[in-house]
Amino acid sequence: MPNSASEAPGGGADSAPEAVPDAAPEDGAEYGPEGRADDGAAYGAECGPEYDLAVIGAGPAGLAGAVTASELGLSVALLDASGQPGGQYYRHPSPALGATRPEALHHNWPAFAALLRRLAAAEVTHLAGHHVWTVVAAPDAAGSWDVHALTGANGDEDRPGRVRARAVLLATGAYERQLPFPGWTLPGVVGAGGAQAMLKSALALPGRRVVVAGSGPLLLAVAASLAAAGARVPAVVEASDYLGYARRPGALLSQPAKLAEAAVHGAALLRHGVRLRTRSAVTQVHGSDRVEAVTVSRLDRQWRPVRGSGRRIACDALAVGHGLVPQLELAVGLGCTTRRTVDGTHALELGPLQETSVPGIWAAGETGGVGGFQLAFTEGELAGLAIAARLRGRAVAGEGRRSPRVLRRRRARLRAFADAMAAVHAPGPGWPQWLDDATEVCRCEEVTAGRIREAVADYGARDARTVKLLTRAGMGWCQGRMCGAAVACLAAQAQGPRRAQGAQPEPSPERRPLAVPVRLGALAALDEPNSPGTAEPKPTER
Amino acid sequence: MARDRSPAALVGAATDDAFEITFDGRPVTALPGQSVAAALWAAGILAWRSTRVGGRPRGAFCGIGQCYDCLATVNGRPNRRACLLPARPGDAITTQEGHGHAELGV
Ligand SMILES: Cc1cc2nc3c(=O)[nH]c(=O)nc-3n(C[C@H](O)[C@@H](O)[C@H](O)COP(=O)(O)OP(=O)(O)OC[C@H]3O[C@@H](n4cnc5c(N)ncnc54)[C@H](O)[C@@H]3O)c2cc1C
Ligand code: FES
Repeated sequence: MPNSASEAPGGGADSAPEAVPDAAPEDGAEYGPEGRADDGAAYGAECGPEYDLAVIGAGPAGLAGAVTASELGLSVALLDASGQPGGQYYRHPSPALGATRPEALHHNWPAFAALLRRLAAAEVTHLAGHHVWTVVAAPDAAGSWDVHALTGANGDEDRPGRVRARAVLLATGAYERQLPFPGWTLPGVVGAGGAQAMLKSALALPGRRVVVAGSGPLLLAVAASLAAAGARVPAVVEASDYLGYARRPGALLSQPAKLAEAAVHGAALLRHGVRLRTRSAVTQVHGSDRVEAVTVSRLDRQWRPVRGSGRRIACDALAVGHGLVPQLELAVGLGCTTRRTVDGTHALELGPLQETSVPGIWAAGETGGVGGFQLAFTEGELAGLAIAARLRGRAVAGEGRRSPRVLRRRRARLRAFADAMAAVHAPGPGWPQWLDDATEVCRCEEVTAGRIREAVADYGARDARTVKLLTRAGMGWCQGRMCGAAVACLAAQAQGPRRAQGAQPEPSPERRPLAVPVRLGALAALDEPNSPGTAEPKPTER
Repeated sequence: MARDRSPAALVGAATDDAFEITFDGRPVTALPGQSVAAALWAAGILAWRSTRVGGRPRGAFCGIGQCYDCLATVNGRPNRRACLLPARPGDAITTQEGHGHAELGV
């Protein structure tokens, strides 16, 4: 079921961007619907022509939304950090690699190829290599939005860009949830989705014998790809119990195509001799400078390791992940309402036609709750239809298109399926027992579990924010993306076993003021009244 | 990789245009369109940074530009995400010690 499947350099606070001494105000580029970069324009000056719609993220959701809206007559800009369209699911080798069979690493490639053909035929301005760091209400054009981006593969080229649009579709996808364990910072331990991404886009494997571990349907897809690409996968280690599916037959059986996909992965894994160990976790990685082996332990129902059950498996890499977390910085910065998901993360609260609580800002795909590429496609299409209808002031369906009603029914079925799976794979409350005091929880700031427990036990920290202020956990480059889930959980456990046994506490929706690190020159060029430092959006939670 | 299978063979990639980059002075082969991190992985290199506090080795972790564990010094410029940066012929990658003097501002 693949789909179902710095010290902040300069020291800092998690909010205030730091001064970068040599960053001069930079020239920027503005793009009009003709897709032309206006080289001479100063960044932050009067905008060029505005688009009807700016789509952020060119994964299945963003692509479907951009193509649908464009076919219905809207002018559309599609921005993505990556150099190529496709998002996480349809990551594929750069054309320079000359792959003649890119589909070999994908199920459902024809659907993507069809979408790319539509993208080429539609007049969508595709702005690749654009890392959007904030979206603000246009200061001088009521009802319009300014999308600010940094450019280049690394987002550190000197020419930021700005796109103005009447509506924005947030389709920024998700990132992997990680739960720390002893040894997880050793080179050779990589994200499961990360291994998949490096394989799909750059044909690289982290090792020759790769254990795949964590929880969630993505693990099977990752193991199948790694094995197909020539790695040995001695085991897939799944912390939950697939029996959980048997207790939720309704939602699952309503999606035979997805179950068939799971069966395909299962068959591939059998063929490659991959063993699936359920209710187990990697509780130790061995090696001094890189992975040499892992210890896999059985887990009880709470995900506590069963003493004496550890088995050592030799390997040179470990691909690990515990499901996905919606990427919400841009939405939270705009003040969009969020909701808690069944597996304890946060997703955007959306209306029946994919609009967020902020009128004019729409969302599709994993931003509205993790649910796989088919759901992302469906939501993108629905959003495209709805935005076109809003901006044109009339219904736009018909002519061979799926109607909003059909799309909404499909969305409901896929969402129910995803929620059933998320419930099966949600982290159990006992996972912190994998940690010893020396385990680094925050990879960036090198903060150990021992220091976090100390902050909780001795200094009374009760939430991730306080832990962060006391220990710097979550203050580094990644802004808590890698450790946020774990830190929140460790802090909440101090509130007593009852609280900690309940739904897994996650950090409150990501209040990172900037979605990507930004140099001061770009910030200084922002129009004053809406700069992230002064705007005070108030995200609410239902 | 194991047996006769490889990622490049699986997708039928053209490997004729391979070129050279260096890692701490030693030559590493890269394919056009590959990220720096992927080229290093393909050469069996998993670490190209040492942490600021513990001096521990690190390399790519998330693979998608989110974790910043893969920061490398490329052609003398520190703090570049190796998982996002396409390798170019002649690139000199050097192990980044600590923060390699920080350039980003957050
Ligand atoms: C690392 C990883 C690997 C995955 N691999 C698989 C897999 O093999 N099989 C599977 O079934 N599912 C996989 N998934 C799940 C994936 O989320 C799919 O379900 C699907 O791709 C979701 O579609 P989407 O359009 O919602 O988001 P995505 O496909 O994630 O697309 C989001 C896009 O937004 C862009 N983006 C995000 N933030 C910004 C920003 N600030 N500025 C500019 N662009 C931005 C990203 O570059 C990305 O291209 C993976 C997820 C992750 C995180
Ligand atoms: S591997 Fe995470 S940012 Fe490069």
